[in-house]
Amino acid sequence: MRNTTTIALKEFKSYLASPMAYVVTGIFLVLTGFFFQSSPTTYSETSINGFLAYGSILLLLLASVLTMRLLAEEKKMGTLELLLTAPVRDSEVIMGKFLGSLGILTAMLALTFYYPILLMWFGDPDIGPIATGYLGLFLLGCTSLAVGLFASSLTSNQIVAVVIAGGILFALWFIGMAADLLPEALGEVTGYLSLSYHFPDFVRGVIDTRGIIYYLSITALFLFLAVRSLENSRWS
Amino acid sequence: MIQVKNLTKYYGKRLAVDNISFNVERGEIVGFLGPNAAGKTTTMRILTGFLAPTQGEVWVAGYNMSKHSLEARQRIGYFPEAMPLYTDMTVRSYLDFSSRLRGLDKNRVKTRIEEVVDICHLEEYIDVLIGKLSKGFRQRVGVAQAIIHEPEVLILDEPTIGIDPIQVAVTRQLIKELAKERTILISTHILPEVSVTCERVIIINEGRIVAEDRIENLSSLVSGSRRIRLEVEGPAEKVAERLRQIEGVLQVSYEDSHYIVECSAGQDPRGKIMETMVQGGWTLLSLGSIEMSLEDIFLKLTTEEETSQ
Repeated sequence: MRNTTTIALKEFKSYLASPMAYVVTGIFLVLTGFFFQSSPTTYSETSINGFLAYGSILLLLLASVLTMRLLAEEKKMGTLELLLTAPVRDSEVIMGKFLGSLGILTAMLALTFYYPILLMWFGDPDIGPIATGYLGLFLLGCTSLAVGLFASSLTSNQIVAVVIAGGILFALWFIGMAADLLPEALGEVTGYLSLSYHFPDFVRGVIDTRGIIYYLSITALFLFLAVRSLENSRWS
Repeated sequence: MIQVKNLTKYYGKRLAVDNISFNVERGEIVGFLGPNAAGKTTTMRILTGFLAPTQGEVWVAGYNMSKHSLEARQRIGYFPEAMPLYTDMTVRSYLDFSSRLRGLDKNRVKTRIEEVVDICHLEEYIDVLIGKLSKGFRQRVGVAQAIIHEPEVLILDEPTIGIDPIQVAVTRQLIKELAKERTILISTHILPEVSVTCERVIIINEGRIVAEDRIENLSSLVSGSRRIRLEVEGPAEKVAERLRQIEGVLQVSYEDSHYIVECSAGQDPRGKIMETMVQGGWTLLSLGSIEMSLEDIFLKLTTEEETSQ
C-alpha cells in the first residue's frame, strides 16, 4: 500500500507539473460548460443532463489522453527499468498509476460542481439525479482510465496508446447500439456489456447495483490486464 | 553475494546470454567486460529482476531472484545503461521518490537524501529539474539513486559512458569509495576503467564468459607468447629479415619506427636479438618486452573466440 501511495503521489504531482493535465481539464471545462449552457434541459428541468450526456463521451476521449503517457513514456524513456527493478509489485505500479490519474480526473470533475451550484442558485434542482449522475461519470471515468492505462502498457508510443484506448472505449460505448440489430438474447448480452447501456440509469437518478458492478468489474479487468502486460514485458 | 548459475537468455530466437555462471563475493568489486552487444546489459537486467531468464538461476544477497524477487531487489542498487531519469522532477523530489520506492525507512528519507547529495556532490543542484542537468550530473543523480537505500549490492551498467574525463575521474573515485562497504558489479567496454576500479574481471563475448580472473593473473592467462619491442638503426627490410630467422620468433612487424617481435611461448630471444644486431653492424637503440595490456588481452580473447567457432 505504501508503494502504491508513493507512485500515485508521484504521478499526481507530475501531472500538475506538465501542461497535459491543464489542457485536458481546460478543454473539458470549456466544452462541458458549453453543453451545460446550451442544453434545453438545463432550463426546462434544472438538470445537468446536457452536461452528463455529452460530458460522458468527452470523458472517454480525455481519459485516454490523460493515461496515454503513464507507461508508454516510461518505456520510451527507459525509466520503467528503474521502476520495475525497485522492490515494488507490478500490481502496485499499476494501482499507483491508476490512482494518480484518478486523482486528476476527480479534480477535473470537482471543477464542474459549479454547474449544479448555478442551478441551485437560480432554481430548485432535484439533487438526487445530480448526485447519481456524478457517480456515473466517476465510475465511467474509472473504467476509461483503466482501459487507457492498459493501452499505455502495450506500447512505447503515446499516440498508439491513445488510439488503442480510444478504440476500445468507443467500441465498448457504441456496441450497445448494435444490440437492437441482433437477435434478442445476444442483443441483451451485448447491450449489457456496453459502456453506454448503464449510464442513463445514473442520469435518471437510479442507483442500479448492476451498473456499479459493471463499471467496477470492467475497471478491474483492464487493471488486471495491465498488470499482466507489465509482467509480460519481463519475458520479452 | 551474487550467484549466477547456468544463465541463458533468448530474445525470441536470438541468443543473448549463453549458459553463463559466476559468483561475486561479499565486498568484491568486479568488472564485467565485453564489446557492445556481448550480453552485459542483458545479464545485468536479469540480475536486477528487470528481465526474466530463459533458463538458469540468480541469487542476490542470498535471495533467489525468481522466487523472492522483492527481497532480492530490495538489496540491489542499480544504475541502468544510459541512466534513464524523470526529467520533470527536481533532484530532491526524485531522490525522495526513489528512497521511498526502494523501501528506505520513512524517518530516514530526509537525512539520507542529504547524505547522498553530499557523497555525489550535488548540493548546488538539489532543487534543479533533472531535465536541465548536464549529462555528468545526471550520471551522479543516477549513482545517488542507486545508493540511497544503502543496498548491499551495486550493479552499475556503464556508469562512465558519455561524460567528460573529469567527471569520469569523479565517478570512478566515487565507485572506489563505495566499494569499501559494498559488493559491486560494474560493466564497461572501456578497458582502463576496469584496471582502475576493479579487483577481478569477467570477460564476456557473444553471450559467453571467455575469461574470469584477477586482473594481474589475466595477462598470464593469455600471454602464451611474449612480445618484444626494439628500435634499431639500419635498413628496415634486412633487419626484419634477420629478426625472423632468429629461433623462437614468430612474427615481426614494424610500427612507429619500432619493430614488434612476437615470440613463441616460453622463449626469450632478447639475447639472440642483440647478438644478431651486433653481427649485422646495426645500432640497437632500445630493447624491451611489452607487458600485455588489458586491451590486448581483451582483443586476443574475443578474437580467439571468433576464430575457434
